[in-house]
Amino acid sequence: MAPPSTRRPGFSRRAQYGLFFGYVIAVAGIMFAVLLLLVAVVDPTGFAALKGASLDVTKPITAGGRGIVNFFGGIGGSVGDYFRAGSQNADLKRQLAAERQRLIQARVIEGENRHLRTLLKLDQDNPGTIAVTRIVGSSFASERRLATLSAGSSSGVRQGQPVRAAEGLIGRVIEGGHFASRVLLITDGASSVPVRLVRDGTPALAVGHGDGTLDLKTLEVGQNPFRRGDVLVTSGIGGVYPPGIPVAVVAAIQKDRTVAKPLADPARIDFAMVLPVYQPLADKPLSPQTAAALQAVQQ
Amino acid sequence: MSRIAGSRRDVAMMGFRRQTVPVLSTLGASLLHALPIVVTTPIVPDIAFLVLLSWRLLRPEMWQAHVALPLGLFDDLMAGHPLGQSMALWTITFLVFDFVDSRVGWRDYWTDWLFASAAIAFYASGTWYVARMMGSQAPFVVVVPQLLLSIIAYPLVALVVVGLDRWRLAR
Repeated sequence: MAPPSTRRPGFSRRAQYGLFFGYVIAVAGIMFAVLLLLVAVVDPTGFAALKGASLDVTKPITAGGRGIVNFFGGIGGSVGDYFRAGSQNADLKRQLAAERQRLIQARVIEGENRHLRTLLKLDQDNPGTIAVTRIVGSSFASERRLATLSAGSSSGVRQGQPVRAAEGLIGRVIEGGHFASRVLLITDGASSVPVRLVRDGTPALAVGHGDGTLDLKTLEVGQNPFRRGDVLVTSGIGGVYPPGIPVAVVAAIQKDRTVAKPLADPARIDFAMVLPVYQPLADKPLSPQTAAALQAVQQ
Repeated sequence: MSRIAGSRRDVAMMGFRRQTVPVLSTLGASLLHALPIVVTTPIVPDIAFLVLLSWRLLRPEMWQAHVALPLGLFDDLMAGHPLGQSMALWTITFLVFDFVDSRVGWRDYWTDWLFASAAIAFYASGTWYVARMMGSQAPFVVVVPQLLLSIIAYPLVALVVVGLDRWRLAR
């Protein structure tokens, strides 16, 4: 079918000008949008009020439907479990035996730890959680990996705070409305979490890969210290994420990259805990005195 | 409602429907972002963009290019994209389609799908590039499954849009 040629509005001057101004507005609009994008690159927290308000508005839909989705998601999982019951049972028994031994070891170590801590008079103050809330949605059609929490500034959730589930770390709050907030998941390409290997304490960075996995980057060059099945926990370096939160387990070691799978799957978990920033000072700029001292040292 | 308008109110209702269904359906598709689906891999097509494309290819004369600006702004706000992403990409797509319309004299199902595929590829690379500017380090391979799925999903969305168009213009 040939397209109708109504784009050309004939000899009417008025209609021609109308079409022309339509294009002028479109081009100006594109420039304005690109400007907005540049502002967003320079200052990702800009327009926080506008974005927060839109989060708040859509929250009822998101939060209300979550239960239904969970229900249907649960059916699929249960059917699968039924078919795998036999092998799963054997697997679980084996795991249980292994875990029991580890549990005893852990109890011993815990006692020893407490003893040593009192000796050192080193007490980690644990400020607890800010909010326990639910993950109600995510940016499923976008390339970024963002999730929506059903708690906002009215529950004390602020930008920059880490978010975890019982299973492990989920991410970090990047913008917040009054009743909802958005979380940058650790699997997003822009997220990197300082971690350490539980087995021997090797420090590393867990960088999001954008497809639900994490890339592990070691801090020193040399042999790859990771093995399949290794568990990684946050190291507390950087001052944002509190140390000791489980993050991921090494899934595969390829030639030039180590792939890890996050322990907490945001699609499955029900509750997420928003934690305070581990060392609030870490996010602040240096004090003028410190900056001046550093300058003096460098010169 | 009967297909024959029986009163002034019915006529007004039909006129309203004729004018607002395209915009409302696109806004509604943007609202899908608020659905409580949590996924860890980008694989679900961006339905709002597909609906917009379908309307544009089905009714080239209906929208001027700048209509994509407010629609894109709404999509940005609903999806949590950086403000301006959909605004810019959607409007550029419209301008390019206007140009294509003035050059290509013949259109059918397959050419529409081809143009839509090109637009989807442009949109996917655009979102990927914006994410990269915002500090994401995800490789382009990550968006390829979503891109292919969007191209496959386009005829389905177009089918729905054609249905909506029939209902909108029914008399």
